[in-house]
Amino acid sequence: MPHYQLDHLDQIEAEAIFVLRETAAQFQNPALLFSGGKDSIVMAHLAAKAFWPAKIPFPLLHIDTGHNFDETIAYRDAFTEKLGARLVVGHVQDSIDKGRVKEEKGPHASRNALQSVTLLDTIEEHKFTACLGGGRRDEEKARAKERFFSHRDDFGQWDPKNQRPELWNLFNGRHHPGEHFRVFPLSNFTEMDIWMYLKREEIELPSLYFAHQREVFARNGALLAVSPHITMLETEKPERKTVRFRTIGDVTCTGAVESGASTLDEVIAEVAAARQTERGTRSDDKRSETAMEDRKKEGYF
Amino acid sequence: MDLLRFATAGSVDDGKSTLIGRLLYDSKSIFEDQLSAVEESSRRRGDAVVNLALLTDGLRAEREQGITIDVAYRYFATPRRKFIIADTPGHIQYTRNMVTGASTADLAIILIDARKGIIEQTKRHSFVANLLKIRHLALAVNKMDLVDYSESAFHRIVQDFHEFASRLDDIAEITAIPLSALNGDNVVEKSDKMPWFKGPSLLYHLETVYTGGTENHVDARFPVQWIIRPQSAEHHDFRGYAGRVAGGVFKPGDTVSVMPSGFSTTIDKIHLPGGKEVSEAFAPQSVVMTLKDEIDISRGDMLVKSNNPPNVGQDVEAMVCWFSQKPMDPRGKYLLRHTTKETKAIVQELRYQVDIETLHKKEGVPTLAMNDIGRVSLRTATPLFHDSYRRNRLTGSFVLVDPGTHETVAAGMMV
Repeated sequence: MPHYQLDHLDQIEAEAIFVLRETAAQFQNPALLFSGGKDSIVMAHLAAKAFWPAKIPFPLLHIDTGHNFDETIAYRDAFTEKLGARLVVGHVQDSIDKGRVKEEKGPHASRNALQSVTLLDTIEEHKFTACLGGGRRDEEKARAKERFFSHRDDFGQWDPKNQRPELWNLFNGRHHPGEHFRVFPLSNFTEMDIWMYLKREEIELPSLYFAHQREVFARNGALLAVSPHITMLETEKPERKTVRFRTIGDVTCTGAVESGASTLDEVIAEVAAARQTERGTRSDDKRSETAMEDRKKEGYF
Repeated sequence: MDLLRFATAGSVDDGKSTLIGRLLYDSKSIFEDQLSAVEESSRRRGDAVVNLALLTDGLRAEREQGITIDVAYRYFATPRRKFIIADTPGHIQYTRNMVTGASTADLAIILIDARKGIIEQTKRHSFVANLLKIRHLALAVNKMDLVDYSESAFHRIVQDFHEFASRLDDIAEITAIPLSALNGDNVVEKSDKMPWFKGPSLLYHLETVYTGGTENHVDARFPVQWIIRPQSAEHHDFRGYAGRVAGGVFKPGDTVSVMPSGFSTTIDKIHLPGGKEVSEAFAPQSVVMTLKDEIDISRGDMLVKSNNPPNVGQDVEAMVCWFSQKPMDPRGKYLLRHTTKETKAIVQELRYQVDIETLHKKEGVPTLAMNDIGRVSLRTATPLFHDSYRRNRLTGSFVLVDPGTHETVAAGMMV
């Protein structure tokens, strides 16, 4: 690498750090959306670096569907304690109890879509003016059009046809009372970049990302974990398999893949050879062709 | 690994989506589930062939209308390089999106239909690339299969383009490649249909072209973004200035001036994010600096080398691209965002508009409407510390924000 040239991980890291600092500078009350998934772990790690030697000047916010993998919650609590960060939790169960949302019924029921309401309610309750999200543009075609600073109207909605242009490194976070922003510092990271960055920074991950034995069953081409939160159909049979997760979300919509990759290097080799996107295991994206755009318009992450 | 950011402009008819689809597909950056989703959509829509445009046109409105509206960013990698594509629409009514995509690109691919040659759209795309100071152009002369892979047709186009490009002042390098995106000729692999062409395939060119990035490594500029004061027992007196180097190189021990106060001080230490101490910092690194003296410094101030100051002033001359549906108010007041600073600005004069079809200057026009490009003079409420855009993209660029709606209404490049 010639002198005064940064390699690609250094470039996207410098960019993400700039965006995180810009968020702290331009917004009165930001929060960092933390799901316990690898992208939000990388984002929180970057936030800790961005403000060193001070603590992260905003809280982490977890929207808890109540349908978690146990490992995720254990990891979340240990990780926030290590960072010395403040944690705010919004519970989907509260939204259900208050009658704000109705729980889906049947074997395909998921609280994934309900999260948007809980998120918007939590934003309103804490008067957050910006939420940092770990979304990446390579994840999904609607996300490819997302800005770093993404405006949300009074109703928390995204208007994809009327986004603010973003040029150079000039980010416009001006907003009226009641409106807020979603900010995506990892926009230019790819799935591979995330893994390479996790390795370079020696960041510890939840054990779910590595090969382990688990009771699973097949549904719509994905392997779902056997869990009290999912009703299995009569035709579906549980099997014990060696699996790992490529993304981690709610138990009801996150599929596992069969894999023997038990170290970061093995996972990276597997990602490099993969012929399916990581969201290929997410049944929430398969509900329609523009499922992600439609959910984002409603206020989804 | 090295990173190259490039922009493409064009519409479905130009074969842009086919070209990008092929780059992604042949570099194995398209996954099976994406491809099968596109096959399924194409079938439902009744398309005769698999419509690769559906891979890139992700918004509902784009899929319905069959056009690219907004900038989309695509990613792919080869063993040699990582690539970020700013995929932008080609129609004149989306010029602003093209400007946006070009603002962060090192290289632009100009798509030319071999049957049509250099047309108004080619000139417009090249003009925008040049306006944004993209110094490397790759001319992708597409649809060679429809002109029988004719060497003379290709050379005629290249010659016409060079003639036109002599009017563009900042292009450092032009590489022309004859190809067929549909058949894959000269896209990833060299084609045996054009043995007369001795140059590289498009992908090989993208992998190996040396651009040196767009950063300035000469004039030291550090816009202060955020002040870090931990006020903890361990770092009791720590006062760090966080920001991204916008130009030049800074080292501990350097004498720096603080704009606008003009005070001089010395850099004590430079830390990378997370704390690692380094012996120098250069663009585009994000760092934290500590200084030897306690001086009042806030966000929007700039540290510069005392012997190489930027321009300082309240009068700004700039080329502006108008973004908003609401035309420019010829005496309007706007908020101007430049580096990490925001100040009020008033339009003094619209000097001329560039007709982006003929590239002629039109004087005496009353205003700039959406997608128009023109030269304006502005006066700001407080002084800006700036360089010409040609010298430094980061200290020479700004956006205008409507103080009422808070929309970003224009982008400017200082002359």
